[in-house]
Amino acid sequence: MPAQKPYDKVKLARNIKRPTGLDYINNIFENFFELHGDRRYADDRAIVGGVAYLDEIPVTVIAIEKGHSTKERAMRNFGAPHPEGYRKALRLMKQAEKFGRPVICFIDTSGAFCGVGAEERGQGQAIAENLMEMSTLCVPIVSILIGEGGSGGALALAAGDRVWMLQNSVYSVISPEGCASILWKDASLAEKAAENLKLTAHDAKSLGIIEKVISEKDIGTEMFYDRIRRLLTKEVSLLSKDAELVGKRYERFRQIGAKSAV
Amino acid sequence: MPILKFLKPKNELEEGGRMAAPVQSDAGEPEKKCPNCHKDIPLSKLWADSLVCTCGYNFRMKARQRIHMICDKKSFCEMFCDITPTNPISFPGYTEKHESVRISSGENEAVICGTATIGRQKCCIFVMESYFMMGSMGSIVGERITALFEYAVEHHLPVIGYTVSGGARMQEGLVSLMQMAKTSAAVKRHSDAGLLYIAILTDPTTGGVTASFAMEADIILAEPGATVGFAGARVIEQTTKKSLPKGFQTSEFVLEHGFIDVIVKRSEQKKTLCELLKLHNGGAA
Repeated sequence: MPAQKPYDKVKLARNIKRPTGLDYINNIFENFFELHGDRRYADDRAIVGGVAYLDEIPVTVIAIEKGHSTKERAMRNFGAPHPEGYRKALRLMKQAEKFGRPVICFIDTSGAFCGVGAEERGQGQAIAENLMEMSTLCVPIVSILIGEGGSGGALALAAGDRVWMLQNSVYSVISPEGCASILWKDASLAEKAAENLKLTAHDAKSLGIIEKVISEKDIGTEMFYDRIRRLLTKEVSLLSKDAELVGKRYERFRQIGAKSAV
Repeated sequence: MPILKFLKPKNELEEGGRMAAPVQSDAGEPEKKCPNCHKDIPLSKLWADSLVCTCGYNFRMKARQRIHMICDKKSFCEMFCDITPTNPISFPGYTEKHESVRISSGENEAVICGTATIGRQKCCIFVMESYFMMGSMGSIVGERITALFEYAVEHHLPVIGYTVSGGARMQEGLVSLMQMAKTSAAVKRHSDAGLLYIAILTDPTTGGVTASFAMEADIILAEPGATVGFAGARVIEQTTKKSLPKGFQTSEFVLEHGFIDVIVKRSEQKKTLCELLKLHNGGAA
């Protein structure tokens, strides 16, 4: 197979045939029970959350859901969460902390939704609060990027102890199109931007941003989900025993870009 | 890479942004045209009024001018001011861009940090610089702000922070995105230590800075008429294909929607900060 260019990965990450958040929830966990709403304004259907069993371990699962069919995708707002989605996620994380459950997040978004309502209801504040609160959550947080990891809207569910990426997922501070249009005033130079942004899973791993790249050789099969289940079970069992969890999470982010200043 | 010491500003007033170049009036005194009321204002008057026009329009201010305006005379002691310029994702042209901005802005990065007294009350202070790549947050900005909050925890000091930012610095890719999580964790530690953090949002405060330390303060003030938001207005217009309501994403808009505490005029900011620090017992736990 020829080596894929970063922009090919962007296209793969966006492919509507890829498994979505709910596919992971339904195939990896047992007895998923969905919990709705942020208790403040609404239930954001771009983010699905609830409780489930990972093997025998009770966990809280949160996933950004893009949907498959056109109708589903519209209902899920194409996986672009509003502030309510991030507030629901935080509510469920706090609940997980109360009951000592690990938190597992699946991330797949082009970014937090850009809209008037989202701004009126504090999109920036909602993401900021998640980042702040996740930094001291007393239970393990493992986040997996399964498709697109669009900037702050993805980070708001990825400020955890372990961040993994599927082989063809991407994680970026800005979309390649956005970057090209700002820097070169030409969105068609997205391919060039994608190469420069270092947004592939392997780039993120070599930059020390993520811990693991998950192979997609059998994506969507039973074996694929089994593999992820085993990885998750092993990791949350280890993290749950770690008395220094919160301190290590602080250091995990603390060291990124720490060498630039004196 | 050499360690670059702080470069002295070349000139106080620079072109660009909201600061149009001064023009010489007939009377001989340099004037500036206000983009809001279109009147020519004598520069000396503008300076005396902290760069606020008689119509209330706020011209952009350089970070060091703000420090001069807010901190007690000669109290500011700069920290974390040396840098080793890096290009963490080897973004083409970034090293050159960084170097040229260092020269044109007279600063070596987009935030200035240190300790100072405000009304004789000691605090940590950071002021972002709009003249440095529009205050975008790269690894040096994230590192300085994190280090400042950590210093404040260690020394039981409150933090005062002036924000101005176009968001994360895309030329640093994911490394810049991660600064949002890093600074937020540092703010949380400071908050959990029972210490006071006051943010003052100035024009513009957007993107990754809004979605991290700008919105995480105990008390959030804003300058009148500043742009405050997450997504760029143009992007929202393109996404939703609707024209935006009047006054969208301004200080007044975020006040109305409950995301900031109060709008404070530039001339009142020092007094307000003094009083808030005093009420919090100098901010110390």
